[in-house]
Amino acid sequence: MNRPKQLNALSGELMAAVVGAVTELDGDPEIRAIVLGGGERAFAAGADIAELAAGTPISLYESRRIDQWDTIRDLRTTVVAAVSGFCLGGGCELAMLCDLVVASETAKFGQPEINLGVLPGAGGTQRLTRAVGKAVAMDMILTGRMLSAREALAAGLVARVVAKEAWLTEAKRVAAEIAAKGPIAVRLAKEAVDKAFEAPLAVGIEFERRAFYLARASEDAGEGLNAFVEKRPPDFKGR
Amino acid sequence: MAEVESTRAGAVQTITLNRPDKMNAFTRALHGALREALKEARDPEVRAVVITGAGRGFCAGQDLTEFGESGDVGAALRETYHPNVLAIRALEKPVIAAVNGACAGAGLSLACACDIRIAADNASFVPGFIGIGLVPDAGGTYFIHRLLGASRAFEWMSSNRRLTAAEAHAWGIVSEVVEGDALPARAAELASFYAGLPTRALGMTKRLFDHADTATLEEQLEHEAQLQAAATQTDDFREGVAAFLEKREARFSGR
Repeated sequence: MNRPKQLNALSGELMAAVVGAVTELDGDPEIRAIVLGGGERAFAAGADIAELAAGTPISLYESRRIDQWDTIRDLRTTVVAAVSGFCLGGGCELAMLCDLVVASETAKFGQPEINLGVLPGAGGTQRLTRAVGKAVAMDMILTGRMLSAREALAAGLVARVVAKEAWLTEAKRVAAEIAAKGPIAVRLAKEAVDKAFEAPLAVGIEFERRAFYLARASEDAGEGLNAFVEKRPPDFKGR
Repeated sequence: MAEVESTRAGAVQTITLNRPDKMNAFTRALHGALREALKEARDPEVRAVVITGAGRGFCAGQDLTEFGESGDVGAALRETYHPNVLAIRALEKPVIAAVNGACAGAGLSLACACDIRIAADNASFVPGFIGIGLVPDAGGTYFIHRLLGASRAFEWMSSNRRLTAAEAHAWGIVSEVVEGDALPARAAELASFYAGLPTRALGMTKRLFDHADTATLEEQLEHEAQLQAAATQTDDFREGVAAFLEKREARFSGR
C-alpha cells in the first residue's frame, strides 16, 4: 500500500487496488504466499475520513465498500501482514483479515473509531475480540487505547515482533518459509485454523479430520513422508 | 530567558537546563523546552547529545511550587516527564549527562536515563523523593535498579543518602569525575569522540541493551541477528571494513 502522505488511509480506491492485486495473485498457482505491507510510518492509519464524512449511510451501504474486504478473508493463498508504524481502525481490521501479522517494534495497533463517535465497521469488534479476548478488546475499542507491538504480541494479536529495520525482510522470510511447504497442506491448514474462529469445536474438529485425510491423499504428502524417512528435504509440487 | 538552551557544535548538540536560580528544577515550561530540544536532537546531523545544567546545579528535580496534593500528579508525570524520558531512550545516538552540580530527585532520574554520566568533582547525587514522602519517579526505579542492582538501589533510594561525585564514581553511577571547571570541556571532548563513531551501529547497540533488560536469551539472539543484518547495510560498515583492509583510520559518516 503506497499512499504515504495519507499514512495509507484506506480510501475506496486503495482498498479496490489491494483487493484487485491480492485476487490476481491468488489466481496464480505459482504464488504460494503474499506479503501485504504499507510504509515504515504506517501499515494503514485507518479509513479515509474525508470519504467517510462525505458519504451517506445509504451510499456507504450501497457501495459495498466494506463487503469487498471479505475477498481477502476468502483467499486461498496465505497472506502475511507486514506492519510497521500505525495500524489503526480499518488498518487494524485489514491486518486481522490477513493470516498472520509480523510487526515492527514500532507498530501501534488500535481501533480508535470511538474517538470519532463511531465504532469499527469492518470486523474490528469481532476479529479483535476473537484475537485478544474480551478484556483487551473492550479496553481498546471503548477507550481507543493503542497497543504497542510488544503488548500486541502478548495479547495474541501479532505472531512476531521484529527490529524496526527488519519488518519487511522478516515478513518476507516468514512468507518464504510458508511458501516452501506443501501448498495443499498449507491451504487446508489455514482453512482449518480459520474454522476455529468461525465454527463450534465439534464442527472444527470434524473439518480438520477431513482436511487431514484430504492432505494425506496428495502427492505432496507421499513426498513429505518419504523425504522424512529418507532424511532428505522434501520437494513439494502442489499436487 | 529560555528554560532550556540548546546549542549545536559540529555533530554535538548540548542541551543546558537553564533555571540557574532554581537549581534548574523542573517546571512545565522547562519540560516543554526540553521536549523541543530533544526533538531537535533527532536530526541525523546530530550524532551525540550532552545534557547539563546552568549555574551551580545539574537539576534539583521537581519544582515543588508546581507540584502538590492538589491536581492530578499522575497526569502531570505522564504529560511532562514520561515523554522526555522516553525521548532520551528513543534517540538513536549517545546521550551524555554532564553532571555539573547537585543532581537530585527527578534530576537524578534524568541523569540516569542518559547513556553515559560524567560529573564535576563538586557534584552530588541525592535520591530526594523519600525525604518528602514520595516514591522515585521519572524512571528512577527503572534506571537506578538497572545501574546498581535491586539491593543497593533500594538501600540508596530509601536511605536518601547524599553521594559525592567520588562515591558515585565508586558505585559505577558515573564513569568519570573531573575538576569542576574542566567539566564542559571534557563533556565536549567525550561527545565529539562519540559523534565520530558509526552512529547507526551505536544507536542499534543502545536499543539492544535496552531490549536485553526484558528479553530472553533466545529473543535477544534473534534481535541481534536482525540488527546485525541491518548494520551490514550501512555506509559506516562498508567504510569500517575498507579502512581495516587498507590499514587506515576509518572515517565514519553516521550513515
